Amino acid sequence: MQLPPAVHARLAGGPGAAEPLPVERSPKAGAAPFRFTARQVRFPREHEFFEDGDVQRHLYLQDVLTQVAGAPERPRVPEFTCQVAGCCQVFDALEDYEHHYHTLHRNVCSFCKRAFPSGHLLDIHILEWHDSLFQILSERQNMYQCLVEGCTEKFKTSKDRKDHLVRRHLYPADFRFDKPKKNMSPATPRATVQVSAEALGAEGEQVEGDAMEVCSEPAGERHTAGRRKLWSISRTL
Amino acid sequence: MWLRRQGCLRPAGCGVEELRRRRREREAALRKARREQQLISKRLLRDDAPEEGEGGCVAVILGQAEIQQFLQLAQRGTEEKERGRALVSLRRGLQHPETQQTFIWLEGSMRTLVGLLTSNQALLQLEAARCLHELSHSEQSAVAEACLPATSYLLTYLSGHSSDFISPHVTVLEALGYALSQLLQAKEAPEKIIPSVLGSTLPQHMLQLLQPGPKLNFGVAVEFAWCLHYITCSQVNNALLITHGALSTLGLLLLDLAGAVQRTEDAGLELLACPVLRCLSNLLTEAAVGAVGEQMQLRDERVVAALFILLQFFLQKQPSLLPEGLWLLNNLTANSPSFCTSLLSLDLIEPLLQLLPVSNVVSVLVLTVLCNVAEKGPAYCQHLWPGPLLCSLLGTLAFSDTEVVGQSLELLQLLFLYRPEAAQAFLQQSGLQALERHEKEAQLQDRVHALQQTALHS
Repeated sequence: MQLPPAVHARLAGGPGAAEPLPVERSPKAGAAPFRFTARQVRFPREHEFFEDGDVQRHLYLQDVLTQVAGAPERPRVPEFTCQVAGCCQVFDALEDYEHHYHTLHRNVCSFCKRAFPSGHLLDIHILEWHDSLFQILSERQNMYQCLVEGCTEKFKTSKDRKDHLVRRHLYPADFRFDKPKKNMSPATPRATVQVSAEALGAEGEQVEGDAMEVCSEPAGERHTAGRRKLWSISRTL
Repeated sequence: MWLRRQGCLRPAGCGVEELRRRRREREAALRKARREQQLISKRLLRDDAPEEGEGGCVAVILGQAEIQQFLQLAQRGTEEKERGRALVSLRRGLQHPETQQTFIWLEGSMRTLVGLLTSNQALLQLEAARCLHELSHSEQSAVAEACLPATSYLLTYLSGHSSDFISPHVTVLEALGYALSQLLQAKEAPEKIIPSVLGSTLPQHMLQLLQPGPKLNFGVAVEFAWCLHYITCSQVNNALLITHGALSTLGLLLLDLAGAVQRTEDAGLELLACPVLRCLSNLLTEAAVGAVGEQMQLRDERVVAALFILLQFFLQKQPSLLPEGLWLLNNLTANSPSFCTSLLSLDLIEPLLQLLPVSNVVSVLVLTVLCNVAEKGPAYCQHLWPGPLLCSLLGTLAFSDTEVVGQSLELLQLLFLYRPEAAQAFLQQSGLQALERHEKEAQLQDRVHALQQTALHS
């Protein structure tokens, strides 16, 4: 199939619609015994028209799932440490480091050092936790904004906001963006930096602020993949 | 951006012929299943045989206690590798339907899994995503329904990172899209699931993941495009999708796809092109299209250019998708003088005619599109003749398929009506003989006679 060069040029050009040629229909067009009428067509999901495309889709899925079942390939590099002050996490795969950095160091509050999954959530946190004007204003108007981007609702309290997230955005009733379990290996020593809902439970409204906070891996715990024993030995020396 | 997943896992010692044979078998099995309305049966995707490539490991049935143990280890273990291994063990178990059932009925299991899907540790996130993949195959809709609340939450979490393109997040997004697509194919989806999806912010999230640009991930886009297709073809509330800008997002994505096709020979692009074409075609039929503002509609001429570039690509790589592309062309041109004019001004009639020999289905669609153009009147038919059209029609009149011939007759009527000189040329090129062939055919004879009269009196 040969396409005229104008087609490729048009694709590269700017948006716009063609100025239509004048339309002028005769009543004889499509009149009996003829029957043509220009009309759009829609197909429902089970229609046989979709058979070929559906089959191709499933062939693709079969291939993908065979791969998913196999072990993921993870290219290794010589071990290196995270360069952020106070963090000693060690990595042997770039992907892991990238992930670690973006989840724990990228969107960090400069006031309280808590880490957030996104710039959006960080901005909201700073506003609600570190802006004294916010507290004053929130007494008179609805200031707690919905966390879902695109939703413009605001609420009087963070509890109201949470109820909204559950009802309107179908969040599970007990969901938080931080690590939820309080009985998380109590025997394992944890640095005081770790933030949990319970630790701030006494502070009323502040508890709800935790609902959008990512709990950082405690900076005090030197949590390295496979290197733990060596470290604890060196600590005692 | 257009990273293509590499080909299927190749069993050792397998020649090309053998692979082709197996693929044909799989294709035949899928076709049969679809006709029997069984295509969404998840078993088909698993292919009964245990997973290849891992030394013959078989899916094990895990009991409640074991599942709990693995989950606890994954969540609270101290060594990352240990936690990862727990999830691997869990995933192997989840390949078995019994384990799937036990898992979903176990309190807190989904919640724990969702928590792991947002883990700070890449390995855990990846393994959790693979568990989600396995669960998506559960015959019980309860699994997919459990995913629904989590989906909004996960998308909020993961979308925040979309500019950073973090690999484990991408894997989770894909798994999520896949799980959702399974959910949306359920029999009860149109009544229960799709309305609640449409009532949430999921549509906006999905469209965001389909925006072309540097943040677009191919695998993720494929999954969510199929989700959108299952929603749109169920005709629950497409008007809502239009108000969210679905037409313009998908239109821009189509342009992007055509651009990618021009740059690379990659044969994987049809995986995304197919659902995009379907969504656009179905959405265009909504009355709501006329009711929304300019920017929400689809008027951009570049869409026609893009579509033809894709048609050319399909012709070479995936001819079975030609009908779907032509379906979109029909829906674009049927009620739009502007798009019909584009076909003419971009010189696309001849390329269209080049598709006639492909198959009867394709021929009928091509002729229908040409009728869409011709029926707009003399100003349009002026550009159809003189030209190669008449000769092609004499060719299609020789086809044996009644529908192809019938559509040819319709087009001839329009052409003779608005461009009488064409009738004369038709006579001179032995048109009458071509018509005579069908004089006895019940479905065609009335129209054949009418045309014979018109031609003779021209």
